[in-house]
Amino acid sequence: MKYWQLIRAALLRHKVRTLFTLLSVVAAFLLFGLLDSVRGAFAGAGSSVAGLNRLVTVSKISFTLQLPKSLLEPIRAVPGVADVTYANWFGGIYQDPKNFFPNEAVAANFLDAYPEWQFTPAARAAFRSTRTGAVVGAALARQFNWKVGDRIPLQATIFPQKNGSNTWTLDLVGIFHVTDERQKAQEKLLLFNWDYFDEARAFGAGNVGWYVVRVADAAAADRVAQAIDALSANSDHETKTQSERAFQLAFVSQFGDIGLIVGAIMAAVFFTLILLTGNTMAQAVRERVPELAILKTIGFTSGSVLGLVLAESVLLLVLGGVAGIVLAGAVAKGLTATLGIILPPIVSSLAVWTRSLGVMVLIGVIVGALPAYRGLRLRVVDALAGR
Amino acid sequence: MPTTLVQVENLSKTYVRGTQRVEVLHGIDLAIEAGDFLALMGPSGSGKTTLLNLIGGLDAPSGGRITVGGVRIDDLPENALARWRSQNVGFVFQFYNLLATLSARGNVELPLLLTRLSRAERRARADIALQLVGLADRAAHKPAELSGGQQQRVAIARAIVSDPTLLVCDEPTGDLDRQSAAEVLTLLQQLNREHGKTVIMVTHDPKAAEFAHRLVHLDKGTLVDVVERPAA
Repeated sequence: MKYWQLIRAALLRHKVRTLFTLLSVVAAFLLFGLLDSVRGAFAGAGSSVAGLNRLVTVSKISFTLQLPKSLLEPIRAVPGVADVTYANWFGGIYQDPKNFFPNEAVAANFLDAYPEWQFTPAARAAFRSTRTGAVVGAALARQFNWKVGDRIPLQATIFPQKNGSNTWTLDLVGIFHVTDERQKAQEKLLLFNWDYFDEARAFGAGNVGWYVVRVADAAAADRVAQAIDALSANSDHETKTQSERAFQLAFVSQFGDIGLIVGAIMAAVFFTLILLTGNTMAQAVRERVPELAILKTIGFTSGSVLGLVLAESVLLLVLGGVAGIVLAGAVAKGLTATLGIILPPIVSSLAVWTRSLGVMVLIGVIVGALPAYRGLRLRVVDALAGR
Repeated sequence: MPTTLVQVENLSKTYVRGTQRVEVLHGIDLAIEAGDFLALMGPSGSGKTTLLNLIGGLDAPSGGRITVGGVRIDDLPENALARWRSQNVGFVFQFYNLLATLSARGNVELPLLLTRLSRAERRARADIALQLVGLADRAAHKPAELSGGQQQRVAIARAIVSDPTLLVCDEPTGDLDRQSAAEVLTLLQQLNREHGKTVIMVTHDPKAAEFAHRLVHLDKGTLVDVVERPAA
């Protein structure tokens, strides 16, 4: 720590240059933290369903293909299944395409599968009894200033009505709240009555988008999933039963290979960062050759000078990196709150921090290595003579 | 009886610049007693600074021996030589060579970073050294806030803060006006007389040389003359 004042002095020699370099490091690690958290979230979504008591059954070929509603009772009869319900993606637009929010047609008992959604008993009853009934999350209601009793016209993008109309008018009968902060994004959801949807749609009646299965024992989830998929094995509508997380993963993965995209962006970011900070460090050390020569003159060994330059570059990376990761954590929290309905929870985990710190030190050593080597090899008499 | 602090025997130094070999010093023999104040003089390229660097342990000779305080420094490995410099030699240069981002105190404290002293002890010693050179009230100032003469006095404080026996000064007044130069030379004389420091100073300036006890003249890498001066 006694060399701290030397390292600090070196970093403060050109405050503006250090500040801009620091900002570039912050930006790079903000991206790294965020992308690594996203990658980790998708990887963590996992393929095993063990330990989870809510499963989603979709078409094995693609979750965009529908399944026959006739699977409902066979699924319910599978040992270990506590209840089964179903839904279909509607994809309607309210007023303007930029007002995107997820909206689905759901069976009457769909709300029972999600105890984390808090409704009044009256709202539950109204949803069951109102053919055009809809419920929305509190955040969505706040966004559009909706209240119970309002009529909400949704423009269909996939499902026109039999009568040729694209407008589906829904009656808002309930607003639900989610207390768990990590699941708050679910308050952006609109659900409406299946019967209205299935009877009025121009095509696809009798088919469902996916089944949601509640298992009696979470430990038996793997076995139940296999049994459900066995029901339609070798048919033209084979199923794939998986955890909700894995279902969300599949949904988002339709946009591309998340791991590959994240990896490519991170590689580009760090390549640029190494060039940028490497150049800054080389320039900083070049300017300080006389100072390093003085340190050697008064008795600092070549190893000490090497250590000082490396410490300076590692410190620069760690300072900027930690700030970037902290920011990434805040942004990840915001993303989870906004997009948590379609993305798995994005968190700056301990693993992200550990990897980030490792990358900070590694890049610090890489960018400091060449200038530090120059300091190591510096001949005092040549440097003092300006050679 | 005076003891010999620096013993230089048959010293030579050759530089290789590209394909050229340049013999800068050859066959130098010189003895410097403890407490001496010696001025190295001679025309440019005569080898004054090279000899000073060799005695100060900043460079290695091509031949011959250098013994300082009983230690053969010409065959010390690099790290051992660095440690020896930190304990035995203080350096003063023409252009002060202070670290611009550190305060006067921070600059003076630098050699003490190589010791086991606590922060408080380092700071106390740096303040004493600054007091000795008359800059106690400028301890918190950065080099850019000091005059040339003051900067050189900070450099002298840095040179003496670890209490070395030997001060090597390369043109210490070369960048100063007459008055500042006189102050710096008086300070070096005071350190020599009152604190027993052995001073070896390279200079072109005959006025500066007047402060020395002995004048050693070099020409074309050879020692040509040694003049004893009566004590001033």
